[in-house]
Amino acid sequence: MSASQAWGDKRFEVMIGKLLRFGVILAAAFVFAGGIRYLIHFGGAAPDYKAFRGEPGALRYTRQIIHDAVDLDARGLIQLGLLLLIATPLARVAFSVIGFALEKDWMYVGITLIVLALLIYSLSSS
Amino acid sequence: MSTLEFTTLVAIGSLLAGMLGALTGLGGGVVIVPLLTLAFGVDIRYAIGASLVSVIATSSGSAAAYLKEGFSNMRVGMFLEMATTIGAITGAYLAASTPTRAIAIIFGIVLLYSAYSANKPPKDLPTDEPPDRYATLLKLDGSYPTAVGEEHYHVRNVPAGFGLMYVAGVLSGLLGIGSGAVKVLAMDQAMRIPFKVSTTTSNFMIGVTAAASAGIYLHRGYIDPGIAMPVMLGVLAGALIGARILPGARVQVLRLVFSLVIAALAVEMIFKGVKGSF
Repeated sequence: MSASQAWGDKRFEVMIGKLLRFGVILAAAFVFAGGIRYLIHFGGAAPDYKAFRGEPGALRYTRQIIHDAVDLDARGLIQLGLLLLIATPLARVAFSVIGFALEKDWMYVGITLIVLALLIYSLSSS
Repeated sequence: MSTLEFTTLVAIGSLLAGMLGALTGLGGGVVIVPLLTLAFGVDIRYAIGASLVSVIATSSGSAAAYLKEGFSNMRVGMFLEMATTIGAITGAYLAASTPTRAIAIIFGIVLLYSAYSANKPPKDLPTDEPPDRYATLLKLDGSYPTAVGEEHYHVRNVPAGFGLMYVAGVLSGLLGIGSGAVKVLAMDQAMRIPFKVSTTTSNFMIGVTAAASAGIYLHRGYIDPGIAMPVMLGVLAGALIGARILPGARVQVLRLVFSLVIAALAVEMIFKGVKGSF
């Protein structure tokens, strides 16, 4: 193992940790803002989650979620926050590709790219 | 019950779950599904979707604290991640075709095992055996800082650990939990990784594993904003509070109590699943 280890360099890991925390805070802010609007609009209605119906398309697909969130739709804002949250581990894996590349560990660049591809597949499948 | 009342109660329950999960190391996700299904009558598929989201929130939110300690082994994490993400995607697809009562029964069994394994004292098994062929090839052996300098360790039984991690991924995708107990089984028991290293590495893996199935759940319409919103915010806040008061807490008693609660929930899930009321 060489001296130029990115993973041995704590600053790199601490930076990733801070970035992830920022992502989670941002996601939580969207969910919170959407939640307030949601309760203002639907707070008085009776919830019904006993029967499973599945969410409508607008709350399932990235493009429609962003579209609704831009319109400040309550549910759209919450879903956008959740999408951001799901993306935080993906960002972490993407940064790991850089970390391993800095170490010139090509085997692990390959392994990490496989994991990244699996995550992207899951997020883009429908 | 109005939506406002439902949201408030779910948020309070999730806050307590997140706090207890952080304090006991069992994770908040394990009680979210029983809480939503048994106490609020929510369909188990919505409950699993919301639980997955909370698992990601705790993992990513606490990453900063874990990474600072410098115990995690990135190579072990990333290598095993291949197994857990493939497992998680398998589990998410299985969830669509598995009857909900079967999911409830499997959930109960995994809960029982989690409660049992959390109360076994962590014990580092001896690692002074010759290096494992695969571990050397994959550069998995590592070291971690201790008070008396760097402690080196060898990783054992790589194929068995990889296989167990696939199972952990499937359970995570099928049940919407972090599967911490199975990950510990794979990393501590099979691969003989020191538990300080395995717990921090596992935290990183739990988020990635949950994200791999959460994408599929979202596209399939299992993630409802009205349920996921109070669960995510509640668990996240609870986990942060839990991590803050952890140093002064009497964890052992708490862990035993929480484990008993989990065991009771597990029995009820199995009972209801067998009876067919899911």
